[in-house]
Amino acid sequence: MIDLRIHEHPILKFDRGRELRFIFEGKEMKGYESETIAAALYASGLKEFMHSFKLNRPRGIFCAIGVCASCAMRVNGVPNIRTCIAPLKEGTIVERQERRGEFPTNTVKKETKKEELETDITVIGGGPAGLSAAIYAAKYGAKVVLIDKAPKLGGQLIKQTHKFFGSRKHDAGVRGIDIAEKLIKEVLDNKNITVLTKTSAFGYYEPMTIGAASNERSTLYKIKTKKIIMATGAAEKSLIFENNDLPGVYGAGAAQTLMNVYGVKPGDNLIMVGAGNVGVIVAYQLLQAGVNVKMIVEAMPKIGAYFVHAAKVRRMGVPILTRHSIKRAYGDGKVEGATIVQLDDKWQPIPGTERDVEVDGIAISVGLRPTYGILDQAGVKLKFVPELGGHVALRNKNLETSVKGIYIAGDVAGIEEASTAIMEGRIAGLSAAIDMGLAGDDAVELREKVREELKDLRAGPFGERIRKGLEKVEVL
Amino acid sequence: MEDYERTGTVTLDYLKKIGNVPSEERLKKGPVAMTECVQDIPCNPCAEVCPTKSIHMDNINDRPKIDFDTCIGCTLCMQVCPGLAIFMLDKSKEKPRLTIPYEMLPMPERGDVVKLLSREGEEIGEGTVVALLFPDKRYQSALVTVEVDNDRLLFEARNIRVVK
Ligand code: SF4
Ligand code: SF4
Repeated sequence: MIDLRIHEHPILKFDRGRELRFIFEGKEMKGYESETIAAALYASGLKEFMHSFKLNRPRGIFCAIGVCASCAMRVNGVPNIRTCIAPLKEGTIVERQERRGEFPTNTVKKETKKEELETDITVIGGGPAGLSAAIYAAKYGAKVVLIDKAPKLGGQLIKQTHKFFGSRKHDAGVRGIDIAEKLIKEVLDNKNITVLTKTSAFGYYEPMTIGAASNERSTLYKIKTKKIIMATGAAEKSLIFENNDLPGVYGAGAAQTLMNVYGVKPGDNLIMVGAGNVGVIVAYQLLQAGVNVKMIVEAMPKIGAYFVHAAKVRRMGVPILTRHSIKRAYGDGKVEGATIVQLDDKWQPIPGTERDVEVDGIAISVGLRPTYGILDQAGVKLKFVPELGGHVALRNKNLETSVKGIYIAGDVAGIEEASTAIMEGRIAGLSAAIDMGLAGDDAVELREKVREELKDLRAGPFGERIRKGLEKVEVL
Repeated sequence: MEDYERTGTVTLDYLKKIGNVPSEERLKKGPVAMTECVQDIPCNPCAEVCPTKSIHMDNINDRPKIDFDTCIGCTLCMQVCPGLAIFMLDKSKEKPRLTIPYEMLPMPERGDVVKLLSREGEEIGEGTVVALLFPDKRYQSALVTVEVDNDRLLFEARNIRVVK
């Protein structure tokens, strides 16, 4: 029996909890309490999770964080469940569905509860930005509701096994997972913060109301709030090439989620597409998980990642091919290889340079784009800014958007690092508390200090893009 | 564009050119740190933790420059460096010693003979593990000290492969 679970890891210990049984298409399977349905299925070797609606092409996990829906299945008779964020339960019945899925057969009547909450500040997104926004607002006595759709708080930070850059007072030299643990504990210990995980914020309603729902608790929330901080993060971009929908082609972040959160190896032999910080860091983490990374290809003439990150994978023997790209994926129902090709200085493939690389996984790391949906729906003024990764909100220096009382922080405000997301979270949290009249001069002073430190971090050559991008949106 | 931006590796010549390699005279006196952190990135904990203030940076984005004369080889900078970009060299003993940050499995043990890998990950020789710091503290990187046969390995080996 295939078991892709990682049992020894240099950094992580996987506490999987109780062993559970569930049924997949009539067959009894085993999984663990801490796993999602998709993680348990992937660990036992399943690659084909669904089929595309029109052409019936096989699809597999792509994002692993509940955004792309290419892992949708029928769970206990209910179709279109994103199994990558659905926690595994004893006796769950899971099936692949036909196309859009038939009408739910589950006739057990579940009472949908309705709950009305009243709070000072609602934070949407429990990643590094959202966590620190909640902490800094609650510090000044604000009542905070923090919403996240994932089973665990921490966003992408709980996957970052590498040590962070920056300065000591911002935890440089500390692993992302350890920073996450500290922030999560602070949030959970704070009586002013109510945490709603496994809960999706689905809409903004006037005046200052958030609609949210938890499938898990069958509860619909109406949250009346005075301020809102949107820290909804980002999603991975895809790349266009032949067969890019084949199971085994996934975002680098999905590989990271599988191996670092669930302790499941995404594959045995991988190729990484993109040599920015994310691609190179995830390649290093794949090596730590015991995965063979055959190479990293990068279309640009130079490596985008910090040199020190690149040097770490190079001395493990992983080649980084600049001016190279992926031309196609191939394989029968799943990835069996990738054809790579060299590019000329006009980004055109050079004929005759194609080469097949045998891999069972292709990780794509070509950038992130901000998850701005709920901002758009709330009527916040957005602008497309390539330097910041896509559509982002116009804002003032306090991170307040064009809709008074709605603030932004983290990747949704512009793709950057977790360390800068934490600092933006502080600024947004402080601003919301200040604007409510809860926090006084010391908070204003503190905010100024955080802003200065953020400016210092962005002052180098790697901050140039961000600085340019911010010039276009810090206009309110 | 610098070569290392394309290759992901630096050469010893480049490191010498920018003054990152301690002298023979200094190496003979005892362990000394050298950085292979050659790019302006927002990072400075190495300078912040150095007890002898031997790491100089003009601002957080500057490159660290070590004053080899005042460095006492305490490894604190190595322990905190997120880039795993600091190595410790020592020629005061019978054979040269090299300390490398290491975050992979399997973890070596004292006395093990390990393969030495170049900055490109190619096998260039063997060394004997003579000291091991933090082999199981998950929040830190292990620091592996190997005894090597010659200067080439001291200056060119930057990774180990443990064969169990
Ligand atoms: S080894 Fe110790 S003394 Fe030398 S530079 Fe590093 S921290 Fe400073
Ligand atoms: S801590 Fe490491 S990565 Fe950071 S500046 Fe110092 S040498 Fe470079």
